[in-house]
Amino acid sequence: MADTLLDVRNLTVRFYTQDGIVHAVNGVTYQVHEGETVAIVGESGCGKSVGVMSLIRLIPQPPGKITDGEVWFEGQNLLELPEDELRHVRGNRIAMIFQDPMTSLNPVLTIGYQIEEALQLHLGLSRTEARQRAIELLKMVGIPDAEKRIDDYPHQFSGGMRQRVMIALGLSCNPKLLIADEPTTALDVTIQAQIIELVKRLRDELGMAVIWITHDLAVVAGLAQRVLVMYAGQIIEAGNVFDIYQDPRHPYTLGLLNSIPRLDKVGRRLEPIEGLPPDLLSLPKGCPFAPRCRFRIDRCLEENPSLSPVAPGHEVACWVDVRTGRPR
Amino acid sequence: MEITQKNGNIILRVENLKMYFPILRGLIIQRKIGDIKAVDGVSFFIRRGETLGLVGESGCGKSTTGRAILQLYRPTGGHVYFEGKDLTKLKGRELRQMRRRIQMIFQDPYASLNPRMTVEAIVGEPLEVHGIAKGKAKRERVQELLAQVGLNPYFINRYPHEFSGGQRQRIGIARALAVDPDFIVCDEPISALDVSIQAQIINLLQDLQEQRGLTYLFIAHDLSVVRHISDRVAVMYLGKIVEMADRDELYENPLHPYTQALLSAVPIPDPEVEMKRQRIILHGEVPSPANPPKGCNFHTRCPRVMDICREKEPAFVDVGGEHFVACFLYSDKVAEESEVTTG
Repeated sequence: MADTLLDVRNLTVRFYTQDGIVHAVNGVTYQVHEGETVAIVGESGCGKSVGVMSLIRLIPQPPGKITDGEVWFEGQNLLELPEDELRHVRGNRIAMIFQDPMTSLNPVLTIGYQIEEALQLHLGLSRTEARQRAIELLKMVGIPDAEKRIDDYPHQFSGGMRQRVMIALGLSCNPKLLIADEPTTALDVTIQAQIIELVKRLRDELGMAVIWITHDLAVVAGLAQRVLVMYAGQIIEAGNVFDIYQDPRHPYTLGLLNSIPRLDKVGRRLEPIEGLPPDLLSLPKGCPFAPRCRFRIDRCLEENPSLSPVAPGHEVACWVDVRTGRPR
Repeated sequence: MEITQKNGNIILRVENLKMYFPILRGLIIQRKIGDIKAVDGVSFFIRRGETLGLVGESGCGKSTTGRAILQLYRPTGGHVYFEGKDLTKLKGRELRQMRRRIQMIFQDPYASLNPRMTVEAIVGEPLEVHGIAKGKAKRERVQELLAQVGLNPYFINRYPHEFSGGQRQRIGIARALAVDPDFIVCDEPISALDVSIQAQIINLLQDLQEQRGLTYLFIAHDLSVVRHISDRVAVMYLGKIVEMADRDELYENPLHPYTQALLSAVPIPDPEVEMKRQRIILHGEVPSPANPPKGCNFHTRCPRVMDICREKEPAFVDVGGEHFVACFLYSDKVAEESEVTTG
């Protein structure tokens, strides 16, 4: 197995708001290996975005606060790094692309300026070198007429093209890790397919690791090697992509897979997960999924299970074995 | 037109529907300098009790089609026959009466409910407008409706902000059901909801259809959802329907190159299936509906484009078994209007 690139240990993030303390991320532990693609899957509010933004301290502090945990990346604990040193990691060693490229690009600067700025800052290129490299990057992500379009402003690009620009910007400094936060959610399905193919190709060419955050289980089935499923700020199941889709062991993962219609299967009634996700202001005692769980036993309401292995590389946080419905 | 000759218990027939929005220029004296052809000659029919799925990517005109059917926009051209009556010709009281029969469920459950109205006022409003019930009778009817959509009837004095997205969508459904309609246009009713909640709403819509014999026009961009809920499916691209067929026929035997590409782009939540799949990746992007390409709309991105596609527009023809497609690969027939303009 390849070397560990990113080692996240017991990451805990809270938001101190007027209404109380939001328990956004509650003790998340995982590793990403070099060149590996890890998907983090969950519904809105499960802490998947906050969790990865906290890795490079991008959450607003206050009201947010990383109350516990360590994030080891290339021998450094990013949570303890001084701000100016962390800035050499952000955008350089770890790059991030977001759901809505329009809000992450500056609307009053040309895209060329924005890419060149990063290249000059992080790699110390001269202006002419940076421009040359920016054109190369735009060509690499498939922007036609890159020489001309480099002087265009973000609004002159369509949604899919803007996301390509964001990817070019993210890749400008050859990062070791690319964090993609729902990068295709705002895009149409044919454009989504283009972007996924692009990221796959670039990942293999450049040998970088990818963390891909999504609420859509289907999107990452063909993309990720490992999948982490999050619920209420915790990882409730982790395993390789085949484990998660073909042998899900957590009632929530099972519920998610049974509740989505599949293009290639028809005629089965959907099995929704009843109820609503919990309020992160006041998490229930015990397992956060227990109130909605079909397999619930008394213990679930009292004690919150932690991740434990059920097979090599496959971990689940559940007191019950979903295959038998009996306690494990 | 071929489509109109098919029989069966047809509740809604749309013929050559066009919805253009003017592009204006000038601050004080506004001149029209062009049209956005959001819907450009769409024809289809829906049988009583069935669900027609209308799919396409953003900007293809699927929502505009839904709104033009309800006469929320007055169509630029064409006809919408509901039980034989042309809605485009109705006005005032007559139109309002028809709206009792046709209702709509909107995409955004946050924007489609008035935040200053209680649930009772929201769901009860159509009852009052149409003179169906007042006072205590209205209140009872609202409680009944809430129970039917799976909400607690005691919630009637609450305001929309007290509900989650899925619950709000249930309120929107209760409002649509209040006047006991026959036909409901569902405009992306689950797109704004979380994955685990989407299935709840899909099942609710299916149950209500069964109980009340409802007919749905189900507008969505998610092809997996449309396959699940529809009896027949129509695929739209740039203001036109390019293909329409029975659900299984369309998904298992797609004919139009656009439908083929669209289906191949949809991810399937199974890594083994995904590994084996061959994707047709479409290049380029959808042209602007203000300036659609000459000939077939899709020729700029089509992997199987021929010379004729750049010149003439293909007719929407039945290639057998009510499988309609607008493509020269399957028929030489040219669309009627295109003959006039190119001739």
